[in-house]
Amino acid sequence: MLGFAIFIVIPLLTSLVISFFDWPLFGTPEFVGLENYRYMLTGDPAFWVSLRNTIIFAVFYTAVNLVVALGLSYWLMNLGGRWASFFRVLFFIPVVTPMIGNALIFRLMLNDDGVINQMLAAIGIEGPQWLNTPGWAMLSLVMMSLWQGMGYNIIVLGAGIAGINSSVLEASKIDGAGPIVRFFRVVFPMLSPTIFFCTIMTVIGAFKVFTQPYALTEGGPGNATNTIVLHLYRNGFSFDRLGLASALAWVLFVLVMLITAVQFSQQKRWVTYDS
Amino acid sequence: MTAETTHLITPKRSGLRAGQLISRILMCVTGAVFLFPFVWMLATSLKPTNEVFASGTSFFASRLEWSNYTTAWTAIPFERILVNSIFVAFVGALLTVTVSVLSAYAFSRFEFRGRAALFGAFLATMVLPQEVLIIPLYLMMQKLGMVNSYPALILPFAFGAFGTFLIRQFLLSLPPDYEEAATLDGASRLRTLVSVIVPLLRAPIAVVFVFAFIEYWGSFLWPLIVVNDADMATMPIGLQMFSGERGTDWGPLMAAVTLVAIPSLLIVVLLQKQLQQGVSMGGFGGR
Repeated sequence: MLGFAIFIVIPLLTSLVISFFDWPLFGTPEFVGLENYRYMLTGDPAFWVSLRNTIIFAVFYTAVNLVVALGLSYWLMNLGGRWASFFRVLFFIPVVTPMIGNALIFRLMLNDDGVINQMLAAIGIEGPQWLNTPGWAMLSLVMMSLWQGMGYNIIVLGAGIAGINSSVLEASKIDGAGPIVRFFRVVFPMLSPTIFFCTIMTVIGAFKVFTQPYALTEGGPGNATNTIVLHLYRNGFSFDRLGLASALAWVLFVLVMLITAVQFSQQKRWVTYDS
Repeated sequence: MTAETTHLITPKRSGLRAGQLISRILMCVTGAVFLFPFVWMLATSLKPTNEVFASGTSFFASRLEWSNYTTAWTAIPFERILVNSIFVAFVGALLTVTVSVLSAYAFSRFEFRGRAALFGAFLATMVLPQEVLIIPLYLMMQKLGMVNSYPALILPFAFGAFGTFLIRQFLLSLPPDYEEAATLDGASRLRTLVSVIVPLLRAPIAVVFVFAFIEYWGSFLWPLIVVNDADMATMPIGLQMFSGERGTDWGPLMAAVTLVAIPSLLIVVLLQKQLQQGVSMGGFGGR
């Protein structure tokens, strides 16, 4: 309990206090009121860009992640048995291997002369400079993160699908529903609480994105893949502006809490719980 | 699938079989594509650095450069970093388990005012991005003179809510009869906890341990901040050391990435049951 207070509650509140100071790594902090927030919102050239990048990343990453993970887990369910459990584990591997290692592998493959571009060249396509062109860099970030994180949702959704009462599925088959109709009319509604859980977790994970831009693109080119946490890290530990970094941390905190709250309030629209 | 096919007439049945075969083949292709980055990691780890890009799409360069592995081992203080990583992950996981068992026990067996509210606050931290806390945590470590130390690497992240939540679920389903019997026999609460309850909780404790171990093993942002001495680095930080002014030494780097991925791979293959259990209860929240 004490540890919980010391390492979670107190830092959270301290962080708010620090955000009202001009706080260098070494030296005396000076109270500046809302100056950090003012600078962040009106003077900081990178804040709005990194916020926009984070949101773009979160939207694409979450949407594609859920659609593909849902598709794959449904597919695996239809394959059944050993096949399903084997491939579920296979897709889960990158979730467990250290993220920085995964990112470095992608940096190698997406290098200008890397294997991806050489494969494209072999079929006559000149590949882009993946990590050095704004749009492609963001796409690379999303792709790498999908590879890294999708296995998580495949496992969770797989467990959800396994929990669906099989007699309901049988009944819909006898009624003549094909696999696609069955998916939208039976599987999706019954799985919606699990999908809801996955969405919450995936969105939160997306807003914390740091290692991928740090290792793949260093936030670049320019600020094209800078994200809130990367910006926070740099302000705190490269630019010696701990106050501003804490203000960023609180923006992230409030944003994540708000989005989670909104999702909870909207869940009645599409999530069905067994009555 | 067999249940589905039984009520269908024969010709259509063979059609379904073919469909099933195609489906399996496609899944194998998908799996192979998915594993490609790991294959490429292995292939590159055996290429001489000057042939990494020159060898194009080929899996093999002119020779197998096994020395990349020894280079990786000597280019950075590999042994020291490996020991750090193992120590931090092991002790961190142990501490996480201890904390989780104790607080789960408190939340499920003691009645106290505000218990529900406190547990709610506790659960809410499962969705709290730890990134929000790193600046005050760093300042705290700086004040305590603990920058570049094992406690700094371990302590802040042993108090997450996941372990407590998971073990509490199991405790709630455990009838209090055993404990009451032990207490009647004159055992103290702590004694009862250690010798009666903990053995019954072996399965969830294993799940919490594995998850904490993986988290510590792969943790990057926090070590990046709190460690600036190569001797205190963990493996994820060590991997950074292969990139310098002269560019990246890809061969040895991929050898190191391979070595770092091996424990994780072993965990995935050997402990898949525990992992699947933990994941469906919110472990790795939003990675």
